[in-house]
Amino acid sequence: MGTLLKCENVSLGYEGDVVTKNLNFTVSSGDYLCIVGENGSGKSTLIKALLGLKPPISGSISLCGEVGRNEIGYLPQQTMVQRDFPASVREIVLSGCMNRCGFRPFYSKEEKKLAHDMMRRLEIEPLTKRCYRELSGGQQQRVLLARALCAARKMILLDEPVTGLDPKATNEMYELIDSLNKKDKITVIMVSHDMNAAVRYASHILHVGRKQLFFGTKEDYLTSKTGQAFLAVMGGEEDE
Amino acid sequence: MSEMLTTLHDYFQHPFIRYALIVGLLIALCSSLLGVTLVMKRFSFIGDGLSHVAFGAMAVATVTGITNNMLIIMPVTIISAVLLLRTGNNTKIKGDAAVAMISVGALALGYMLMNIAARSGNGRTTSNVSADVCSTLFGSTSILTLSLTDVWICVAMSVIVVTVFLVFYNKIFAVTFDESFAKATGVRADMYNLLIAIVIVVIIVIAMKFVGSLLISALIIFPALSAMRVFKSFRSVIICSVVISLFCAASGIIISILAGTPVGSTIVSADICVFFLFCLISLVLRRGKK
Repeated sequence: MGTLLKCENVSLGYEGDVVTKNLNFTVSSGDYLCIVGENGSGKSTLIKALLGLKPPISGSISLCGEVGRNEIGYLPQQTMVQRDFPASVREIVLSGCMNRCGFRPFYSKEEKKLAHDMMRRLEIEPLTKRCYRELSGGQQQRVLLARALCAARKMILLDEPVTGLDPKATNEMYELIDSLNKKDKITVIMVSHDMNAAVRYASHILHVGRKQLFFGTKEDYLTSKTGQAFLAVMGGEEDE
Repeated sequence: MSEMLTTLHDYFQHPFIRYALIVGLLIALCSSLLGVTLVMKRFSFIGDGLSHVAFGAMAVATVTGITNNMLIIMPVTIISAVLLLRTGNNTKIKGDAAVAMISVGALALGYMLMNIAARSGNGRTTSNVSADVCSTLFGSTSILTLSLTDVWICVAMSVIVVTVFLVFYNKIFAVTFDESFAKATGVRADMYNLLIAIVIVVIIVIAMKFVGSLLISALIIFPALSAMRVFKSFRSVIICSVVISLFCAASGIIISILAGTPVGSTIVSADICVFFLFCLISLVLRRGKK
């Protein structure tokens, strides 16, 4: 299994204030990495740094040869997308294929088919012509995931993918991500509050706080002190 | 009614009226294309700022007496567009302040330069300054003094703008809808932002003669805002705003010829009317759904 992504001594923060530091981890092809931690521990910032949207304060984040910047899909937190934008579902999903185009101005037939397949897979086909801003939160999330899937050829980064979804939709979303990882062999990096899902699906766990608290396989995490303590707090909440 | 038609017919015998209509429609077409992008990217204020910069540059061009003032206006405005985009990326407040600073500064300097030039007798008499300034700010009858060269320049610029828009249509959509997604997935968003800014500058500069630098943003923003009230997809919004813009420009020009009102403000008034009409339509549609 080749290494796709490498973080060495990375510190992150806003305008000089360090939020989290000493991040050292690698992601290999086929991994399902879950990034957990308390609110404000810099999980979303880490995702942005991994995507190259925000430079780290120090340290280096490198994509290794096997995966290019244009082979990555990204599901942002809903709040980051403009909700009042006049765009149809089809237009948005298709825009996920943009990174395959290079300088070619228009989408090819295969790309249109891909977008269509993704919409079918996420069961948003009937919404194709609908306006994005008129959809429910769960439907919007599916549209954005379909777009991310169009862009993801080797790796997908998800920032709180189940926020605002009801329990049924949440489960479906997790199953879908799991099948992406297992069947399509796409490497998954996911930020989540949901500890139960993290330990259920992920192959690796990265626990961030003021610094890196844990990185390793899920099995090791479950027996580690950090993991047990955090599970006792977070897991209990989710069970209710 | 028939009397009006004869008057119109008489007017259209004159080439300058025909030039005015051609140039007017071309400008309307170009300016409506990027309206949605400007509104959604919160670039509206940058468009406004740039038109003031163009005014300042025009004043400089007038003072230095360069025959083709495009040579000064275009590069100066493009440079300010690049600078504004840079600052706008950092923090929002700084960007806002930078726009205010550059645009008002350019306005003041431009006005001062025009006055100084007039006093030193650089080909113009003092009494003309306010009329001059007024016409650069609000557009004027100067639309009726277009030469054939002006028309051709306008045609060439419009062809460039429309081609760029069509070729980069999908990219412009991606960058407008979700810039960070585009960037994260390997699309060179900064480059396309720059492209959008340059196209906006080209539109502003060609439209300045026509409606005046203060009213250009209205021409860009209004059709898009109207179309967004009613239509749901990016493509239909753009097509609709082009249609609105062309309709308003045509009717504005004809009304201004018949009623003797200033061209720029007549067109903008037409745009405002259409905007309220579309607000009404969207209200009715929403009621109908419930």
